[in-house]
Amino acid sequence: MPKAIVCVKQVIDPEAPTSTFQIDPAGKRALAPAGSPPVISPYDANALEAALRLKDEQQFEIIVISMGRKLSKPVLQKALACGADQVILLQDESFDLFDSYATASVLAAAIKKIGAYDLILCGRQASDTNAGQVGIGIAALLDLPCITVARSVAFHSGTIQVERRMSDGYETIEASAPAVITADSEIGNLRIAPVKAVMASRKAVLPVWTAGDLGISAGELIRTEFVALSKAESRAGKGVMVQGTTPAEAGESLATVLMDSGMI
Amino acid sequence: MSEYKNILIYSEASKDTLSSEGKELLGGARKLADSIGEQVLCLIAGKDASSAAAQAIAYGADTVLCVSDGGPDGNREDALCQILEHVVKTYLPRVLLVSQKNVDVATRLGFKLDTGVCTDCVNVEMNAETKQITQTRSVYGGAARGVFTTRNAPQISCVRAKALSPLEYDGSRQGTIEPVQVPIDPGQFRTRTVSEVKEEGTAVKVENASIIVCGGRGLGGPEPFNTVLKNLADALGGVVGSSRPPADNGWVSKALHIGLTGKIVAPSLYVAIAVSGASQHMAGCSGSKTIVAINNDREAAIFRECDYGVVGPYEEVVPALTKKLIELKNQKTA
Repeated sequence: MPKAIVCVKQVIDPEAPTSTFQIDPAGKRALAPAGSPPVISPYDANALEAALRLKDEQQFEIIVISMGRKLSKPVLQKALACGADQVILLQDESFDLFDSYATASVLAAAIKKIGAYDLILCGRQASDTNAGQVGIGIAALLDLPCITVARSVAFHSGTIQVERRMSDGYETIEASAPAVITADSEIGNLRIAPVKAVMASRKAVLPVWTAGDLGISAGELIRTEFVALSKAESRAGKGVMVQGTTPAEAGESLATVLMDSGMI
Repeated sequence: MSEYKNILIYSEASKDTLSSEGKELLGGARKLADSIGEQVLCLIAGKDASSAAAQAIAYGADTVLCVSDGGPDGNREDALCQILEHVVKTYLPRVLLVSQKNVDVATRLGFKLDTGVCTDCVNVEMNAETKQITQTRSVYGGAARGVFTTRNAPQISCVRAKALSPLEYDGSRQGTIEPVQVPIDPGQFRTRTVSEVKEEGTAVKVENASIIVCGGRGLGGPEPFNTVLKNLADALGGVVGSSRPPADNGWVSKALHIGLTGKIVAPSLYVAIAVSGASQHMAGCSGSKTIVAINNDREAAIFRECDYGVVGPYEEVVPALTKKLIELKNQKTA
């Protein structure tokens, strides 16, 4: 049976209200907002969905791996509830990584330990680092083909076919398995797991692999220095609110304001 | 690391014209190089390489490396990876700047050369003492900024479009043009292009438009893009764009998506309609000269960053705005 390994990252919910976003400048990390549990990084959820769709059509084994310093089991058990066959946690004090080279190296080591596979799926970029390097890096480290920003993934007798976005259209790219694919949001949202499956997944025991198990020293693999983190300043707009007694009147006033300012 | 010096940029070219990103990279590279008394090298690959070389010099390059054989079209990235690897290993640049468009190639190269890559940089500055660059990039979906340095050489940065400023064209600048032969090995190509589909869109691409009318999730479907928004864009002489949800939902072409993972735009006027203003969207449009926001929700984040705002249903506000604009324009020309 063909096997897909899906790399998913646990992140602070990027959909949490902007007003709750806080950072720890010394630790150079965002702080988890109270009341918003962590989630699977959205593009990684798209990658898992791509794997599940392959499994809808043909026999497929799906192994999910997730790396972090402290992972929340319920967040990753959700992957099982959605249809993944196994979830492996790569958890270690040294795995609180922001560096793409080190992250890809740890994931590649875990993938090697798993052994045989036909497809490796990742999101196109994580919602915290926004770097977009991990999938490409895994492919480089394992000497595999890589196709990025996939909108759809097909797998037939050892050939992987991917539609990917270009700036003014689409292209279809093919590679022989095994290969790494990074998923775009166009693939579609991760399906909602049936309640029964969610309940069952809560009982699942997730194997944990440490840095020692992988024979890896994450600190030595860091290639970029994270020097400083600050909240982004919002754009300094004029903030003029144009009023009217009705919405249409406000629209007309806006037209006058824009014409008078000489912008048009 | 000590044998590494100079700043290398990679630019695309079409006929005798460098890409706009290439000109921006040259402007940025010139500053970095001048601050430490080093040179700017510009790599151009493809059949138009030598005809665009003069322009690269006029925009700041000291040496232009022309690789006339850019490799087969269907494997552009595979070939480019080999070209860049060859040039980097030959010329040992301290810093390599490429546009964010080439993020895949730069990342592959970084992993191959065992060095760090910073993607989607919005600023790159030289520390003259350490000769390391400090790279600023959006993190947490644009809600925060991170500053990074790279431990090994070369230091590779992918730079966001419009983040760096090009120099003024100066035809009197002197530089040298060096043809470079790179043996491209098709045996290393790992993917095959099966087909390409060009999407027909507006004649002007959003990333080049000077006026953009952008629609968001709040429009609820494809129809307003073709009617209410299109009419306003026509009245303004602009084009229609979208935030991510309409593109993901297939209401509009993905080519119109403006934001962190879509197009980065900096028009003179940006009208955001039913767009909430999430940091991921603002990352794509905050460089606009003037932002106008129209939204039903007075708490929408975009009102905190816009220049002019109207709270109200777009169905009523926008047609009235369009009608009045046409009226005023006609009066002006009459």
